[in-house]
Amino acid sequence: MTVTEDAAPRTGTAAGAAPKAVATVPVRARRGPRVRRWRRLVSPVVLVLAWELVSRAGLVSPDKLPAPSDVLAVGWRLARDGALGAHLAQSLTRAVIGLAVGGGVGLLAGAVAGLLRLGDDLIDPPVQMARMLPHLGLLPLLLIWLGIGESLKISLVALGAFFPIYLNTYAGIRDIDERLVEAARTCGLSAAARLRHVVLPGALPALFIGLRLAFAAGWLSLVVSEQVNAQVGIGFMMMEAREFSQTDVVVLGLVVYALLGLASDLLLRVAERRALAWRRGLRAT
Amino acid sequence: MATRPTGDLTGAATAVTPVAVVRAVGVRRAFGPVPVLNGVDLTIAAGEVVALLGSSGSGKSTLLRVLAGLDGDACGEVTVPARSAVVFQEHRLLPWKRVADNVALGVAGRDVAGRVAAALAEVGLAGRERAWPAELSGGQSQRVAVARALVRQPELLLLDEPFGALDALTRLRMQALFQRLRAEHRFAALLVTHDVDEALLLADRVLLLDGGVLVEDVPITVAHPRTTDAPGFGPLRRRLLALLGVPAGPDAQ
Repeated sequence: MTVTEDAAPRTGTAAGAAPKAVATVPVRARRGPRVRRWRRLVSPVVLVLAWELVSRAGLVSPDKLPAPSDVLAVGWRLARDGALGAHLAQSLTRAVIGLAVGGGVGLLAGAVAGLLRLGDDLIDPPVQMARMLPHLGLLPLLLIWLGIGESLKISLVALGAFFPIYLNTYAGIRDIDERLVEAARTCGLSAAARLRHVVLPGALPALFIGLRLAFAAGWLSLVVSEQVNAQVGIGFMMMEAREFSQTDVVVLGLVVYALLGLASDLLLRVAERRALAWRRGLRAT
Repeated sequence: MATRPTGDLTGAATAVTPVAVVRAVGVRRAFGPVPVLNGVDLTIAAGEVVALLGSSGSGKSTLLRVLAGLDGDACGEVTVPARSAVVFQEHRLLPWKRVADNVALGVAGRDVAGRVAAALAEVGLAGRERAWPAELSGGQSQRVAVARALVRQPELLLLDEPFGALDALTRLRMQALFQRLRAEHRFAALLVTHDVDEALLLADRVLLLDGGVLVEDVPITVAHPRTTDAPGFGPLRRRLLALLGVPAGPDAQ
């Protein structure tokens, strides 16, 4: 057994403090992550502090990179006069509609291709070919087709979300243990009931992976499409600020994008933990 | 002992059959050009436990799958009761459903929860309704699979090497459990196994599958409850092992 040096003494103190513990191994596992979580915060905090100091000391011009405190200040100002909220609401609307459309179509197509042989033969080949095309490369064509309005942005987000959802739905359904489907049949489950009790929950882990990738692709599409041509939205806010050399607003936009990505990932993690509670038992044994 | 022709065999079986719950005539199944079942005739009486022995690859499981309705490519006539249940070698529990929901899968009617609890209690897992399958040991999982079959009050139980994947001690406990459940519920059963002792312990009749046909039909008349060291078992065991092509001991020629 290999025990890291700092882990060994911790086991001793934790075992003494927690008489409820059944074994020493889970005790260490419970204590370890909490310490590590704090430790993992150290380097980001140090980096931000260093950035602040460098900016304050005048080593970097504020036109190139404003101090984090300045970015926060401009964020606070824009939030109070409502501009930030309006941009954020527009960006979120685009993201939600695009993800819903692309994800919905991807889910449907993936399910049909995964469940039906005919669907597989008809749907999968064109999707696999289109998948090779980076969807952001379609931007010029989409501009010609859809103009520069909302439909362009929503389409680009939807395209980004479609492929990961489709591929993972398809793979999730294909990977379901055929023996479980068989067992469900011997229990008298109809095709619809098998879909509900076996196929859907069996494909759910893969679906969550697809969702996470779809969120990432969706945000990326949003960033690109909002910087092309928009009247409202975080991307527009950044492009406008660039014209007026408001570097602090540009950095603020980046921070907002990062926070949006972080929040969506967190949301997904919580949903995943709830929906896949049965897997925790798997990990415990 | 010489191999008897198949026709003889079913004739003898049906003669002593009061009410048949399973009737299969001329079951054939081929995988590509290779025939696995080559005209199997099988009758199982109500409440009768029939063990199906055969060497590996002899088509035992294929026959069971035909009876379970899981093989769409087999031909022949097969009649099985509507209330049948299957226990596989692997427990095949849905990992995303708690134990109770696994047992209740596809069960309709009044007081499902009560019936599920009763079935779980019968297999010795009372109170484990809320457990996830991943939290159970192999033996416990297989008990849940048995409960899932029991809760359907089957007239026919199809068992495909149900204890084959368990450790030796767990297997003995499961065999005892099967004997108890069988005495209580009087279901008919087809038990596919490669374990001669298990067949002798649990079955009323042992069938031997070889070359795609049933070549032997051996009634086991030792009174229940049985133990593996019952006096009549020695000669029977040697005979069945010889039929399976296995020498009965190191001193065998």
